[in-house]
Amino acid sequence: MLRTFKIGGIHPCDNKLSKSSSIEVFPLPAKVVIPLSQHIGAPASPVVAKGDKVKVGTLIATAAGFVSSNIHSSVSGTVAAVDMVPDTAGIRKMSVTINVGGDEWEESIDRSDILVKECNLSSKEIIDKIAAAGIVGMGGATFPTQVKLSVPPGKKAEYLIINGVECEPYLTSDHRVMLEKAEQVMVGVDILCKALDVKKAYIGIENNKPDAIAHMSKVAAAYPHITVVPLKVQYPQGGEKQLIDAVINRQVPSGGLPIDVGAVVQNVGTALAVYEAVQKNKPLFERVVTVTGKNLPTPKNFLVRIGTPVSALLAQCGGVPENTGKIINGGPMMGRAIANIEGTITKGSSGILTMEEKEAVRGEESPCIRCSKCVSVCPMGLEPYLLCVMSKKGLFAEMEEHKPTDCIECGSCAYTCPAHIPLLDFIRIGKGEVMKIIRSRK
Amino acid sequence: MDKKLVVSPSPHIHSSVSTPRLMSDVIIALIPAFIVSVIFYGFSSVIVTAIAVVSCLLAEYLIQRFILKGKNTLMDYSAAVTGVLLAFNLPATIPWWIIVIGSVVAIGVGKMSFGGLGRNPFNPALVGRVFLLISFPVQMTSFTLPNSVDATSGATPLSFVKQALAKGESLSEIMPNFNSFDLFLGDKGGSLGEIAAGALLLGFVYLLWRKVITWHIPVYILGTMFIFSGILWMVDPEQFVNPLFQILTGGAILGAVYMATDYVTSPMNPKGMLIYGVGIGVITILIRVWGAYPEGISFAILIMNAVVPLINKYTRPRRFGIVKSK
Repeated sequence: MLRTFKIGGIHPCDNKLSKSSSIEVFPLPAKVVIPLSQHIGAPASPVVAKGDKVKVGTLIATAAGFVSSNIHSSVSGTVAAVDMVPDTAGIRKMSVTINVGGDEWEESIDRSDILVKECNLSSKEIIDKIAAAGIVGMGGATFPTQVKLSVPPGKKAEYLIINGVECEPYLTSDHRVMLEKAEQVMVGVDILCKALDVKKAYIGIENNKPDAIAHMSKVAAAYPHITVVPLKVQYPQGGEKQLIDAVINRQVPSGGLPIDVGAVVQNVGTALAVYEAVQKNKPLFERVVTVTGKNLPTPKNFLVRIGTPVSALLAQCGGVPENTGKIINGGPMMGRAIANIEGTITKGSSGILTMEEKEAVRGEESPCIRCSKCVSVCPMGLEPYLLCVMSKKGLFAEMEEHKPTDCIECGSCAYTCPAHIPLLDFIRIGKGEVMKIIRSRK
Repeated sequence: MDKKLVVSPSPHIHSSVSTPRLMSDVIIALIPAFIVSVIFYGFSSVIVTAIAVVSCLLAEYLIQRFILKGKNTLMDYSAAVTGVLLAFNLPATIPWWIIVIGSVVAIGVGKMSFGGLGRNPFNPALVGRVFLLISFPVQMTSFTLPNSVDATSGATPLSFVKQALAKGESLSEIMPNFNSFDLFLGDKGGSLGEIAAGALLLGFVYLLWRKVITWHIPVYILGTMFIFSGILWMVDPEQFVNPLFQILTGGAILGAVYMATDYVTSPMNPKGMLIYGVGIGVITILIRVWGAYPEGISFAILIMNAVVPLINKYTRPRRFGIVKSK
């Protein structure tokens, strides 16, 4: 019996259309737009101005606060503007626009392909290097990695859990990284173990990726403290709490953090970025992005510089097909619909997904038949139908005891609802209102 | 790009499951039992079912159109399911006008008076059946024995046993009249849908396979009935019928699999389903053994339907991070 998480879960068709296409280096765009808020926390403060020359890897904005992240130039060229530019969601964000000229990298970056395994840095030195490189959680949550690695006093990390689950349908960027960069990922995991001072790391991979499980297990054989754990396919296994439950059979308490059960979770893409930052002095300025969709002629995986417009990626895959009704930044379960395809790839963009018109429109809502499917699929053991009704009726004070704050917004309830009720829309509203009530009490 | 894109919050995909699909699966699951009823009762079974379905659809359409003034809801197939289930609870010899009255009560009183699908506290088909049982007790309990040439009316196995026991006969004299295998196949007196235990269980497997319902409620009900009647049987096998007989007769399987699992009127989480299922099982046996009626599952389901809102209020699903917080 393969392991998985214990409560709820769904099995959407995985549609991994691009799983066999190798990572291609995406051509340099003519200009990049790099938003200064690509992570959870305070937007970074720009340290460049219009007209400045930058190289690939030059620091262009510094972390503004504890939960924030450095941002580096992904290209060499001239800063054209530091101003408000709409992102993929159409929201105007402070961004640095750089006109590309050549491809000159900072001299400190080791561009060779040689695998550097040895790392003699202390925990603090590693974490400082990770912070300097601007690494954030690359699974999509974009939480600054150095913060996650700084274990609060009184707590102790026992296990590092590496997320190679990629439970979102369509996305294959982590899958390809595990197949093509396993050696580097493994060194990255080893470094993360050092940074956290943990003796054991598990890499969770769902068994719809048997090639990745086999390859990663082979590479991990050289590291006695790293074990690959095959997991039964079930969404949302990539959720931090679900993954911890699946791999080490511990449940993060309601309102708690993974460290409360001695676990720290990092994505495989993050492990790769950690390797590159610590061993190769390479800041985070490019990432693997899946460009996919049932109507795209050639779904692909690209290594893309941060700040490249989404439209350029789609153009490289044959342009936006005529019957496209929706384009999503991320996966179909938790990704965000793109309003502006001139918006750019950020540190958290794991995929660009096109959807046909017929799939893009939601089904018509009909009355709740109280089938309780939403209750049975909720991985947090909540009652989505009840939260939805309470939110619709504005009963936010009563809602609090039903824990909308535990909701991880995985969307399993709305995916399953036979009456097409937009459960998650209303739960999000309720969750926001309940958070306000809780904050006002403090 | 001039193309307009849809922008909406996640999730962006949906399972293929919809209310009409679930309802039509219930109808499909009832087909084997329907075939058995046609084999034993002939064409009259087709007529009873047709009248019930058409009257239910018409009742829902007219009420929705002229009283509630909402849009046409026939295409969710829930009224059709109510029609089939009501027909399955009627004897094959029932006059057509009683079927129409039952359908109007089921849909009109049982469902639409509360606002339609999803809002009714009681199973509409059972509201219809129980209304008829109380209003037309003679017609509702006259059964033609399957395949009997002379159309003499016969009792259902449970009422036969109850009457015999009342006369002072002992079960060792009565029981040789019944053969479990016939009960399983459907060769016994009863309403259209209750006779064929095997066919109903086949439909149950289909519903489980299609994930329309979960095993919980039917297993809790039948299990409780089996255990409770089993204890009584062990106490005195001359006074209390054996547990297998209990679950193969009197519409126990029809009720447990198809009526008690009605989404709208059953609890929303596994713990609630346990209370609900055990409650139905216990009440059914109580009515059958000590009550005035030989059969009891309809009443048991309706009684527990009434408790469902309370069950939902006091039972919560197992939340993540509560049980094993270390």
